[in-house]
This record gives sequence, C-alpha cells and structure tokens, in this order.
Amino acid sequence: MWFINSLLSPKKFFGLSSKLIPWLTALFILSFAYGIIGGLILAPADYQQGDGFRIIYVHAPCAFLSLFIYAVMAIAAIAGIVWRLKLAFLVMRHSTTVGAGFTLLALITGSLWGKPMWGTWWLWDARLTSELILLFLYIGIILFQSAVAQKRQGERITAILVLIGFIDIPIIHYSVYWWNTLHQGATLKVFAPSAIESSMLYPLLAMIAAFLIYYVIVLFLRMSYELTALQANHHWLKEQK
Amino acid sequence: MIDAILRFFYMGGYAWYVWSAYTCVFAFLLMQWFLPWRRWQKYLREQQQPKS
Repeated sequence: MWFINSLLSPKKFFGLSSKLIPWLTALFILSFAYGIIGGLILAPADYQQGDGFRIIYVHAPCAFLSLFIYAVMAIAAIAGIVWRLKLAFLVMRHSTTVGAGFTLLALITGSLWGKPMWGTWWLWDARLTSELILLFLYIGIILFQSAVAQKRQGERITAILVLIGFIDIPIIHYSVYWWNTLHQGATLKVFAPSAIESSMLYPLLAMIAAFLIYYVIVLFLRMSYELTALQANHHWLKEQK
Repeated sequence: MIDAILRFFYMGGYAWYVWSAYTCVFAFLLMQWFLPWRRWQKYLREQQQPKS
C-alpha cells in the first residue's frame, strides 16, 4: 500500500507519467494504425452487412471501454472506501467524463449501425436500454461530483453511488442472453473461439487495445494536472525541462 | 486507382453511416486528449517562466 500512497507525491507521479506517456503514445499510435488499416482496408466486407460492418471497429471498443471504465471506477471506489486511498478517488473522478464519453459514442455509433441494418435508429431493446441507463449513471455521478460542497465526504458518497450503479454492468453484458434482443451476441469470447474470422478479429483486438491505452494516457494527463497544479506546492517543477 | 479510392469512400453504399461513426469517435478522441494536454503545456510554461 505504501507504494500506491507514495505515487500521490506530485513529483513522483509527474516523473512516472512523464516517462510512461511517450511509450504509451507510441503503443497507441501503432495499435490504432494497425486497427484502422486492418479494419477499413484489409478486412473483407461482411457477407451479410457488406462494408457497413466496419462500424464495429469503433463501436465495439467504445462499448467495451464504457463497461471497463465503470468497472475500474467500482474497483477504485472499493479501494477508496476500504483503504482510504486518495489515488483511488482521483482515478474514480477523472474516469467519469471519459467513461461517459465512450458510453455516448457507443450509443451514437450503435445507432448509426442500427439504421441501415435494423431499419431504425433506436429501439427499446434490452442491450440498448441498459447502455442508456449506464450513460445516465455516468451523468448522475458527474453532476453529483460537481455539486458536493464537502470534498472528502462527497468522494465517499460518490464511491457508494458508483458501487450501487455497478449492478447495471452485468445486466448490460448478459442482456443479449437473458432477453430476446435484436442486438447480436458477444463477438469476442474469452473461454471459447470468437465468432469472427481472424482477418476481421485482429484489427478489432488492436482497436480495443488502442482505446484502452488511450484511456490510460488521458487518465495520467488529467491526474498529473490535478495532483501538480491544483493540489501541490510545486517549486520542483521549475527545475524540469 | 481513382476508382479504388472512390469505391473505398463509397463503402458499398454505407458511406454516410460508416464515416459519420468514425468522425464522431475521432473528434472525441482528439478533444479528450488535446484539452488536458493543452492545459498541461500552458501550466508548465507558466511555471518555468522566471517571475519578473
């Protein structure tokens, strides 16, 4: 635990993020470039959906990140409540807007995919509705964060709110199995062969990896700014080039 | 060559849907990266300038 707490030192966090961000950016560019070229050019058109299926290379990573970021926030909420880690509350606070953005994008890109394939922009399908509820949860958390006056108490209440909202995550994931929906089942499976051909699969995995790295970079940028600029006395910064 | 490029942009008739989805995502990725980065750079410049 002392290692995590030591990262809260603005100087240490600044050093760590300054070292990691260039490497993460290089990794992001590589996987993003492979994903985009593979998805838009190299992967063959789908036999039913034609080139319209290429929306999957932005839709699936956004949908995945919307759930993943909420799961990270829930883990951070537990760490914040149980071990009183300030870093955990920072992760939670700065993940919210990014998560809300990815959820909104998952809904928009899903709508743009649904119109030509299902013939409608929107329907009150189990998967779509539960994802919309996730967006409302994110918005609620953002509003609550900006409304609370007492920061310390507010962080704990926000963490409890995040944990209550976590119930929506398994519902979103299993909605396509629990209810009859128009939305297709999971394309990527962890314990079974994926339901997608490898020339289509690898660019998709690369895009998901790129979006994950992107999230880490943005989180680092936001957290370093808050730790350094808003919370710290920073004479040491003047010595940095 | 030009035919191949036009065919690529046409996306088998799904151009509007595909390119709109990619544009939304790219705009979001750029904005979410650029805004904190610019704030950081501005702050670092301020800190490293000698105060007169």
